[in-house]
Amino acid sequence: MGREISVGRVPAQEKGSLMASNEEILAGLAEIVNEETGLATEAVQLDKSFTDDLDIDSISMMTIVVNAEEKFDVKIPDEEVKNLKTVGDAVNFIANAQA
Amino acid sequence: MARKVVITGLGATTPIGGDVPTLWANALKGVSGAHTLTDEWVEKYALPVRFAAKASTPAADVLSRVELKRMDPSTQFAVVAAREAWKDSGIEEVDHDRFAVAFATGIGGVWTLLDAWDTLKEKGPRRVLPMTVPMLMPNGPAAAVSLDLGARAGAHTPVSACASGTEAMHLGLDLIRAGKADVVMCGGAEAAIHPMPMASFAAMQALSKRNDDPEHASRPYDVNRDGFVMGEGAGALVLEAEEHALARGAHIYAELAGTSVTADAYHITAPDPEGLGATRALKAAMFDGLIQPEDVVHVNAHATSTPVGDKPEYTALRAALGNRLDTVSVSATKSQMGHLLGASGAVESVLTVLAVQERKAPVTINLENQDPEIPLDVVTGTPRDLPSGQIVALNNSFGFGGHNAVVAIRSV
Repeated sequence: MGREISVGRVPAQEKGSLMASNEEILAGLAEIVNEETGLATEAVQLDKSFTDDLDIDSISMMTIVVNAEEKFDVKIPDEEVKNLKTVGDAVNFIANAQA
Repeated sequence: MARKVVITGLGATTPIGGDVPTLWANALKGVSGAHTLTDEWVEKYALPVRFAAKASTPAADVLSRVELKRMDPSTQFAVVAAREAWKDSGIEEVDHDRFAVAFATGIGGVWTLLDAWDTLKEKGPRRVLPMTVPMLMPNGPAAAVSLDLGARAGAHTPVSACASGTEAMHLGLDLIRAGKADVVMCGGAEAAIHPMPMASFAAMQALSKRNDDPEHASRPYDVNRDGFVMGEGAGALVLEAEEHALARGAHIYAELAGTSVTADAYHITAPDPEGLGATRALKAAMFDGLIQPEDVVHVNAHATSTPVGDKPEYTALRAALGNRLDTVSVSATKSQMGHLLGASGAVESVLTVLAVQERKAPVTINLENQDPEIPLDVVTGTPRDLPSGQIVALNNSFGFGGHNAVVAIRSV
């Protein structure tokens, strides 16, 4: 399923909204991942698995989650983190949490 | 017959050089690594001591951003020094199960600990990084070096305050002699130029208060010495069983001939005024290495520049070496780079090894008016040539808690 997620299919945010668009969330997440792991931001694509593709361990994942919470002003409960398998999962979760 | 242990690799990052060649060149030249601190926390907390000897090459210039994020500054220094020593050793293949680490620290991850405490208070538990504990633990440097180089015969962390780095050499020698390892990466690391330890050492009156002249603040043996200067960094030495080094045709710097560790059991911070624990340590290291007083030509002294510390070391040297002491060239290299606490013994061991190999004793700076109660033959001005033939040099380190550690380095 992850591969079918694309930015274009997600409803665009209203102009002037304080909430970030999915593109902005992806870009912001890529920055956080880059900061934590050194991975190039371009490597952080919606269909990438955090563990299998990006080689991010559970400790780095928790750091990324906490930084994302602060950046996007959302709460990501600990029990939800295991469901965020792909970057797309995380982008969707953050977008919904902001809505 | 115990296995002979030799030193085949050196690494260091210090206030007077970010690698061994720079450190050695400066140690012979005689430069000061102490400078006024410009960090905002100096003003913020109105620290009574406003200078220190920071590492001349920040770890950020050498390590990747991700490595920096995952390591406390003390571990960063350890990895920098250990990588240099490993490369210098020329070891290309090693039996990883026979390769150990003995990497010391005095204080450990104080920056990580206190940053996390600030985060907890200001932002709550959610913002405390999950890596906080593995970064602050005192075995962090040893563990990181083990992980970095694939050392699987144990990663040990001697913790004995300012004797730690020298105690690591003692442990490394024991591991190889006991047949538990063939190669040991030994060292010490410290990164405690932080307002809390600075405040604590200042409160204890252990730090020099020469705020208006930091470069001349560390002055071991001078009558006007008023305390030590905080330094930071790491030193690393590759110890190797002699047969292991010979089999691979290694360059051998020197032999680690003998080591010892003793405890004063006298006072938690004050040195035994008669230097009895230090005397026993010196004699034990010489006994361990089958060394006579007349073999000894050079001492890299602990000599921190505190009013109370420098003299008992002299008393101990006199008791251990007798009249021979009068012809021993003594270098107090903390005059140049300050006191690297748990790293000092390792960095000073690097200097002692080079002194033996290069037959040159590094200089002591800032000695203008030698304390008449400490009549040592101190090397000042220019480096002193050491004699030809087989020679031995000693490196002393003493730490709060009454720890005394001595290593004896013999020429090859």
